[in-house]
Amino acid sequence: MSAVAQARRRAAPSALGKSRRRAELGLLILAIAITGGAYTLASLGQTSSVPANIGPFFLAITGLFFAAHLAIRRLAPEADGLLFPLIALLNGIGYVFIARLDPKLADNQATWTFVGIAAFVLTLAFVRRIRDLQRYRYTFLAMGLVLLVLPLAPGVGVTINGARIWVALGPISFQPGEFAKIAFALFFASYLVEKRELLSMATWPKFRPVLPDLKHLGPVLLAWGIAILVMTAQKDLGSSLLLFFLFIAMLWVATGKVAYPVAGAGLFAVASYGAWTKFSHVQARVDAWLNPWIYPKAGFQVVQGWYAMAWGGIAGTGIGLGRPEKVPYVASDFIFVAVAEELGLLGGTAILMAYLLFIGAGLRTAVQAEHSFSKLLAAGLTALLGFQAFVILAGVTRLLPLTGVVLPFVAYGGSALVANYVLLALLIRISDDSARSRPGANGAVS
Amino acid sequence: MDRSIRRLGAFLLLCFCALFVQLNYIQVLKAEKLNVRTGNNRPIDQSFSKPRGTMVTADGVLLAESVPSDDRFQYQREYPEGELYGALTGFFNYSRGATGLERSYNQELSGKTAKQQVREIGDLFVDTDRTGNLKLSVRSDIQKVAKQALGDFRGSVVALDPRTGEVLAMYSNPSYDPNLLADHDVTDSENAYKLLSAADGNPLLPKAYREIYPPGSTFKAVTGSTGVEVGGVTPTSPDYPVVRSITVPGTTRPLRNFGGSECGGTLFTILAKSCNTSFAQMGLDLGGDKMVAGAQGFGFNSVPPFDLPAVASRFKTDFTRNEPALAQSSIGQNETAATPLQMALVAAGIANDGVIMEPHVVSEIRDGEGDLVKAFDPTEWKKATSPQTADIMRQGMRGVVTEGSASRIAVEGLDIGAKTGTAQFGPSEPLRSHAWIIAWAALPNQPASIAVAVIVENQDGASESTGGRLAAPIAKQVIEQSFQPMPAPPADPGTTTTSGAGN
Repeated sequence: MSAVAQARRRAAPSALGKSRRRAELGLLILAIAITGGAYTLASLGQTSSVPANIGPFFLAITGLFFAAHLAIRRLAPEADGLLFPLIALLNGIGYVFIARLDPKLADNQATWTFVGIAAFVLTLAFVRRIRDLQRYRYTFLAMGLVLLVLPLAPGVGVTINGARIWVALGPISFQPGEFAKIAFALFFASYLVEKRELLSMATWPKFRPVLPDLKHLGPVLLAWGIAILVMTAQKDLGSSLLLFFLFIAMLWVATGKVAYPVAGAGLFAVASYGAWTKFSHVQARVDAWLNPWIYPKAGFQVVQGWYAMAWGGIAGTGIGLGRPEKVPYVASDFIFVAVAEELGLLGGTAILMAYLLFIGAGLRTAVQAEHSFSKLLAAGLTALLGFQAFVILAGVTRLLPLTGVVLPFVAYGGSALVANYVLLALLIRISDDSARSRPGANGAVS
Repeated sequence: MDRSIRRLGAFLLLCFCALFVQLNYIQVLKAEKLNVRTGNNRPIDQSFSKPRGTMVTADGVLLAESVPSDDRFQYQREYPEGELYGALTGFFNYSRGATGLERSYNQELSGKTAKQQVREIGDLFVDTDRTGNLKLSVRSDIQKVAKQALGDFRGSVVALDPRTGEVLAMYSNPSYDPNLLADHDVTDSENAYKLLSAADGNPLLPKAYREIYPPGSTFKAVTGSTGVEVGGVTPTSPDYPVVRSITVPGTTRPLRNFGGSECGGTLFTILAKSCNTSFAQMGLDLGGDKMVAGAQGFGFNSVPPFDLPAVASRFKTDFTRNEPALAQSSIGQNETAATPLQMALVAAGIANDGVIMEPHVVSEIRDGEGDLVKAFDPTEWKKATSPQTADIMRQGMRGVVTEGSASRIAVEGLDIGAKTGTAQFGPSEPLRSHAWIIAWAALPNQPASIAVAVIVENQDGASESTGGRLAAPIAKQVIEQSFQPMPAPPADPGTTTTSGAGN
């Protein structure tokens, strides 16, 4: 076993791997150039001068991203070359806007980016084969639940802006829920892979079977139920929605039954109606969504966001030349609004395209993956990230009621950044695995 | 599995397409509307961060300019002449928005009209200034005289050129210094605003075109014109009886002449002596419909097409079975109320052969490169009377100067016609009144080049002589100044952004 692992590690990358790494490097340089250019423009727009620290800035982002690139070269040389540069671009643009909006937050975000890249490299280094994770399913379930409940624990849990989703350890506070999502994805993937056959067969009720035997679904339902309950207790609507979507999407992918998403949508409708009648904070959100103009307080943020985006128009005001600071929480929840104001419809669409390309690359990884577990996990993680981006973007554009989830890699927020880098590492690992095991790939042959 | 992964991809693609559509809706389709919604202060922020055009008088005195500033906005609006032009320039305030010319020419001043924008596209790669600079028709010398002549009196002076409608001077006392309200320190400017709003005499209100007062006997110029135009009144007939008072049908209280004097005669005499009884009778003889048509022909009950937000003057429109109101209205009392601007327009109409031109204060707008943005051609507003009627009324108004209540307005060598007024208002005890005069003046055998209205507010008593005593000398100084040559523009406008930008 260890000899095999060693051989695998030393194997020269295949032709495919080489070309993928070259593409990755090229795209990465482009992403760095765009980020550096945007950083310079932001400073020019705000103070009409080239930023004093432009040299160190270039060095820092080049160093960070190149370190990650070298780690991929070494640890996952066959992986898809599109995944990382897209994330680097999103992270870079996000950082530029955070720095332009609030230099103090930018320092934190820089630190967290560093931690995120480190977590990325460590994940790649430790998880050498994605299937190794499959057997830890109940560990992941336990991890997910503990992480989820942690903020409710007295002493460490902190309530910020009405949601009890924070844990404070000394000077550092983070949202364990961000990591819980990944743990749940791992649990769902490994559990569903085993039970997918059973779950795709309708056996109940006996006289006219429409549902699979509920006992197979038991553990998942239980996990999911607890998660939703806890998040409701924490008033974290966004995360409940994400977890719900993740669960349904993975069931759908695992079984191939459209009945699951359809039934899920139905359940969701019922749950939403219930939440809307029961919880005042949900009502406020919905009111602000349906008619922000007549709820000046609740709708203020959304309205200001619209003003910002409208002000940007097609081409935007230019970085540093808009007034996105008029929007509350613009560096976190509403960062997209700042991008859309200062880079306009064109810049906003570029962000959308980046996510779409990432979703495309992630789902391609899923399709190409050899094993069901990898497939399901890749699809789940991609859906999680893509849907998270959609939920917050739909919230700020008023397509859906606003729920406070983080725009992945762009918005300010350390825990989410680190968690998402771990997610990215897992995807890259899956991509590397499947390219390796394909016939003709050097690693597999030797 | 792969099939549902692809479907999942399609679902997410659909989600992002919806985002893209929504983004287009906000940033393209609805953008214009969102940008101007109340509560959206981005446009205000922007206008505080960009230069605005200047305002100068006809003789080149700078009234408003934007100078670079280093606080949270890039430009500070300054009004070098301060309160002298407050009612015209208006102010440009962060939380209260803009008033006066700052408001009505906001598009031009900020370079936002289609014409300016198109030009801006043309000079994409050159540093040009396309903000519009306003040139006013107001003459700084006449404006100064108007303020000086009014002195400590509360009131307004409006002077305009009857031939074109161009305003030559417009001042109300008390006025305010717009610099106080343009302060970027929101607390300071807000405090100034509150102080000025609460101040005695409402200095923020441009009374010359936004406040209405009973016009009193000056309105007899309108009644007289209507009588000549449609009521068969001529210089020789009817000969109104010389009486102290008349009793209007439907009342028991007699309508008296000023001071209870005996008054009457033909048109020129009753104008010169300002007989209440005769003009009340003339109004009654004309009847409600003709009086309403006559007053509206002079512009009452409509908002003048002025380039500042003027208000409409009022004349009651229904006198059915209300002869007392008709009699009172015919002598400028009851519900009759007019802005000083409107009364200047009455004088202007008579001076200009019955035609009232659209009044305006801005004569021309050019951008920073000197290219014309907008120029104002004199335009007819109302045809108040025929030239013949106007000629007869001018004759009558000359008589008011030579042998009537406005003798103090006479200027050697000038052809001047006037009508004074004393408009009672409020309760009858103690008696208070506004002193009025409207006048026009011309060089002999030339068309009149100036029409003036002066109101001195809130005087003791209600004697017909008040208008002639207080308002006439003010009008006289304004008229005299207007016949002086226009002062030369100040030596070096220098600081305008055009200089030095070229090569």
